[in-house]
Amino acid sequence: MKTDIKLAWRNLWRNKRRTIITIASIFFGVILSTYMTSMQEGSYEKMVENAVRFYSGHIQIQNEDFWENKTINNTFEETDSLKTKIASVPGIQLVVPRLESFALASSKQLTKGAMVLGVDPQKEDQLTEISKKMVRGKYLKKGSDGILMGETLAKYLQVDVGDTLVLLGQGYHGINAAGLFPIRGIFKHPSPTLDRQLIYMDLGTAQNFYSADHLLTSLAMLVNEADEVPHIVKELKAKIHSPYRIMSWDEMQPELVQQINGDRDSGAIMKMILFLVIGFGILGTIIMMVAERRREFGVMVSVGMQKIRLAWMLIYETFIIGLLGILSGSLAALPILYYQYFHPIKLGGQAGQMMVDMGFEPYMYFSLAPKVFTFQVLIIFIIIVVISIYPFVSALILKENKALRA
Amino acid sequence: MSIITINDLHKVYDGTQVEVHAVNGVTLNIEEGEFSALVGPSGSGKTTLMNMLGGLDRPTSGQVLINGTDLSQLKDSELIDFRLHHIGFVFQSYNLIPVLTALENVEFIMHLQGVPSAERHARARELLEAVGLGDRLNSRPGQLSGGQQQRVAVARALASKPRYVLADEPTANLDSHSTENLLDIMEELNHKENITFVFSTHDARVVKKAHRVIVLEDGKVISDEVREKVGASNSNE
Ligand SMILES: Nc1ncnc2c1ncn2[C@@H]1O[C@H](COP(=O)(O)OP(=O)(O)OP(=O)(O)O)[C@@H](O)[C@H]1O
Ligand SMILES: [Mg+2]
Repeated sequence: MKTDIKLAWRNLWRNKRRTIITIASIFFGVILSTYMTSMQEGSYEKMVENAVRFYSGHIQIQNEDFWENKTINNTFEETDSLKTKIASVPGIQLVVPRLESFALASSKQLTKGAMVLGVDPQKEDQLTEISKKMVRGKYLKKGSDGILMGETLAKYLQVDVGDTLVLLGQGYHGINAAGLFPIRGIFKHPSPTLDRQLIYMDLGTAQNFYSADHLLTSLAMLVNEADEVPHIVKELKAKIHSPYRIMSWDEMQPELVQQINGDRDSGAIMKMILFLVIGFGILGTIIMMVAERRREFGVMVSVGMQKIRLAWMLIYETFIIGLLGILSGSLAALPILYYQYFHPIKLGGQAGQMMVDMGFEPYMYFSLAPKVFTFQVLIIFIIIVVISIYPFVSALILKENKALRA
Repeated sequence: MSIITINDLHKVYDGTQVEVHAVNGVTLNIEEGEFSALVGPSGSGKTTLMNMLGGLDRPTSGQVLINGTDLSQLKDSELIDFRLHHIGFVFQSYNLIPVLTALENVEFIMHLQGVPSAERHARARELLEAVGLGDRLNSRPGQLSGGQQQRVAVARALASKPRYVLADEPTANLDSHSTENLLDIMEELNHKENITFVFSTHDARVVKKAHRVIVLEDGKVISDEVREKVGASNSNE
């Protein structure tokens, strides 16, 4: 086999220019496609990160009925045993308690439905960083009796810092919930939907308001590594059972998952077309290589080389071309992506402004996740395998007496 | 003892319009140690016959026995192995693997046979020295003249220690000096090592060297003449 590989290697360099052009087509294909993929995956990672940071966290623990029926009655207590179980799962960075329910918010003239979120101000801020999004007033302190609200909501209700808001809702087990709350601050939430309806309140104040002492609707969690989420969810599920439910960000935001998958698919189609073009280029080279060496193959088989052995030699030739292309392309792509990872592309002009308005940073981010590379490598490998069928079969069906006359 | 026996051999090609009866009932014995020429005009069936003698092609009917082995009984892969171990081949041109040196080309056969590398190397060198190319071991075919390439091909044909070498127009592309040189080398190997040679040719000078001349026309043997010695062949002219 060693000699056959040596023979294959030398044969490749018989037509140096053609071999180099073929390898170069794979080389540039890999670079282009990894660059594209890295940019796509980078933007998905950013989208997920934003979604997680805006509201949901990576994982939530809820009462098992809460997701389908978001009432204050589907709550739970953060018991010591629950705390211990969560603490025993590694990789969780932050656990944020929340009591979430709807209420009617009224100013003097106007009323609107709002989502009231009772939070631990300090922990909540570590997850959603609302304190950085304040436009007026001050962020909540623990035990505060006041509230924070989104700018859009405040505008609608024509209220501002210092005014008082009436909140009316249904408390635990149907008890009336009503109260007057001074507005302590206005924030601008990057998500327009949330900016229209979100009201933040200290957890204790909210529990009091809803007559739901010690009760929570969810524990939102932030993990250290986003790709560890499925693993951590599995571990949590193994330890925490009914009446709790563990949900990951993708379960809570199926539209986002759908959007990412759709985008990924259209990217994959583009890459497929790119690789199809490259694939036919390689096939062309291989077909020529086989055609112009027919007589030589005839001689080799005539003097005693088994056709299957010849066939394998041709497979080596095809594989070497593919391997050199994949390796050189990946090696060249690596430093480029590494650079882009640390120096994301800044978006100027309208596109950049649009992203800022939506609460995103105006950058194209890149990903260094392994799948950025594995996809192209796998595709090219499959292409090479498919292409190598041609020389393989050609060798097997070679008729030595005919090939000798070629 | 006959090294090759062929019995009422036929080869019919299905041409697009008409059938071509390229070999039409040939019966022959080739004896061990012969130095025979197969002669005939273009299209007379020399290559077709040679290919069947070497197990490169299968006859439409009739039998080829080599050292008692009936080639028609062998499967394709067995036939390839049979060629590897029992028959040496020299073709008209482009015999050699272009990316291998002279030495590696000769070694290639032994490599296919699984001969250990040290032995392979020594024997290849010895064979190339025997054909007068001891100083061109590391040249690639492209760096050798046509005559030198054919001598490498002869060395390669002998690498597997065959008892029998088939050469289809080995001198067709050579000038008269190289032709003479190649024939001398083949004759010497025939003489010293008792290797049987069968070669086809158009060339009167080559025919002159043969110990036996088989003339083919339209796929049939029309004359088969054995000469005593090379020197004695003068009397035939
Ligand atoms: N594959 C084939 N299909 C059809 N006819 C063929 C085929 N190969 C050879 N022939 C025909 O068979 C006949 C004998 O051909 P062959 O090549 O054996 O002659 P040859 O004596 O070797 O000629 P040359 O001296 O030109 O090499 C010719 O008429 C040729 O056209
Ligand atoms: Mg011929």
